[in-house]
Amino acid sequence: MMNYSPAHSPGHSPEPSSSSSPSTPAPEPPEPAAVHAENLTVVRGPRTVLHRLDFTVPRGQITGLLGPSGCGKSTLMRSVVGTQAKVAGTLDVLGRPAGHPALRTRIGYVTQAPSVYDDLTVRQNLDYFAAILDPGRAAADRRAEDVTRAIADVDLTSHADALAGNLSGGQRNRVSLAVALLGAPELLVLDEPTVGLDPVLRRDLWNLFHDIATTRGATLLVSSHVMDEAERCHRLLLMRQGEILADGTPEALRGRTGADTVEAAFLHLVDQAAETAREKETTP
Amino acid sequence: MTAAPTTATAPTRGLNASRTTATAARVLRQLRHDPRTIAMMILIPCVMLLLLRYVFDGSPRTFDSIGASLLGIFPLITMFLVTSIATLRERTSGTLERLLAMPLGKGDLIAGYALAFGALAIVQSALATGLAVRLLGLDVTGSAWLLLLVALLDALLGTALGLFVSAFAASEFQAVQFMPAVIFPQLLLCGLFTPRDNMHPVLETISDVLPMSYAVDGMNEVLHHTDMTATFVRDTLIVAGCALLVLGLGAATLRRRTP
Repeated sequence: MMNYSPAHSPGHSPEPSSSSSPSTPAPEPPEPAAVHAENLTVVRGPRTVLHRLDFTVPRGQITGLLGPSGCGKSTLMRSVVGTQAKVAGTLDVLGRPAGHPALRTRIGYVTQAPSVYDDLTVRQNLDYFAAILDPGRAAADRRAEDVTRAIADVDLTSHADALAGNLSGGQRNRVSLAVALLGAPELLVLDEPTVGLDPVLRRDLWNLFHDIATTRGATLLVSSHVMDEAERCHRLLLMRQGEILADGTPEALRGRTGADTVEAAFLHLVDQAAETAREKETTP
Repeated sequence: MTAAPTTATAPTRGLNASRTTATAARVLRQLRHDPRTIAMMILIPCVMLLLLRYVFDGSPRTFDSIGASLLGIFPLITMFLVTSIATLRERTSGTLERLLAMPLGKGDLIAGYALAFGALAIVQSALATGLAVRLLGLDVTGSAWLLLLVALLDALLGTALGLFVSAFAASEFQAVQFMPAVIFPQLLLCGLFTPRDNMHPVLETISDVLPMSYAVDGMNEVLHHTDMTATFVRDTLIVAGCALLVLGLGAATLRRRTP
């Protein structure tokens, strides 16, 4: 993150507040949306976690998935990645059904808890995952470059030879993120990537996300339960109890609800939803 | 960036040699950061054999038969324990989910583990066999290399059983309990304590379908015969077949999609 060059596109700042306006006028591409869901329903055990969701995640942008803990964000992300069982309805990712084998090299996925080997160093972790993504001796040089870049992206170069288990929680999270950055994936699915990070690191990571979206043209689907991160996204999906409350740009959401912040907009929408539900109950 | 990596092929059927060896190297690298475990895996069988040798100080014949059987049983037990814990950790740490979301075949993962622990088993068995035959006077009629071969197949069987069982363990506590559940009955029935044909007929029949019985039988064939007997070939084939079968079952317990 810290090493990304801000020189990539003069006149276009990756600062979230300014880029959240549709300043990336992606000429409506003929290629399919990054994620397209229709009637998406997921059942986990006795519970229906996602209720008939319809949404689209456009390419080349950062889409924030926001909502309280337990609202189904992780389940939705696991469905997109193709690790969730019992997914009904339509869910297309990069033009293919979610979970298609051809998607496995095109998606980078970071789970909520860091999924790395604690008994390997940072570099050894990345070396291994890189060898799975891009196997063979012929690719060794390309892999080494890719690994070095990914470690630099998450600012762990000075810790490259430390055991992952000896790192702090935030650092381990970043190792996990670095794994997802390997192989320049077209879609990054990041489940609460900034939890437990200090404000400086959080800002740096968001700058990195914007850099990835603008200069590498990747799509990011980022979940968070911290509403102030919403302002840094191009688009938002607000979720609550397995349903999508709202879908749009942060400005549009604030404008629609007349609220000053996305948090206030979210609360307004929750109250509104509760009210309509109550009305439905009282009027038979 | 539409310039996607050109290697976007995702072969998941069949084995990919590079991914398999990368996985084996990774497993061994993890172990290298844990030298105490390696030391224990390699030294404990030797210490046990040494102990056994002097427990049966007065009856070297008993040491021969029990010692040879144990040369087959040690690798099975160690590899069972190490594999079941290692794969359980892989499941609980989220790395398995991550790997299965990547273009890694299930067979690559399983073969990688089998390769890594198989290599370790070679070292373990070579030391234990060498010690028993050279220094402790274990009297083998056949070739010590055949003992090593059976020991290696046993290690493979242990790896396979460990992989399979880890799918049914939700915690390390449960995984460790599978050792008495899966290994002890085989230990009792394999002919180590009393010849299998002296057992109650029901138990004898059960012992006929347990793979460890054939591991111990194979060891005893080498102990008593100079040549590779037909029984020895049958025994090793059965142990190898069981190991492959259970590895296949283990692969079936790996699910890309989980509830």
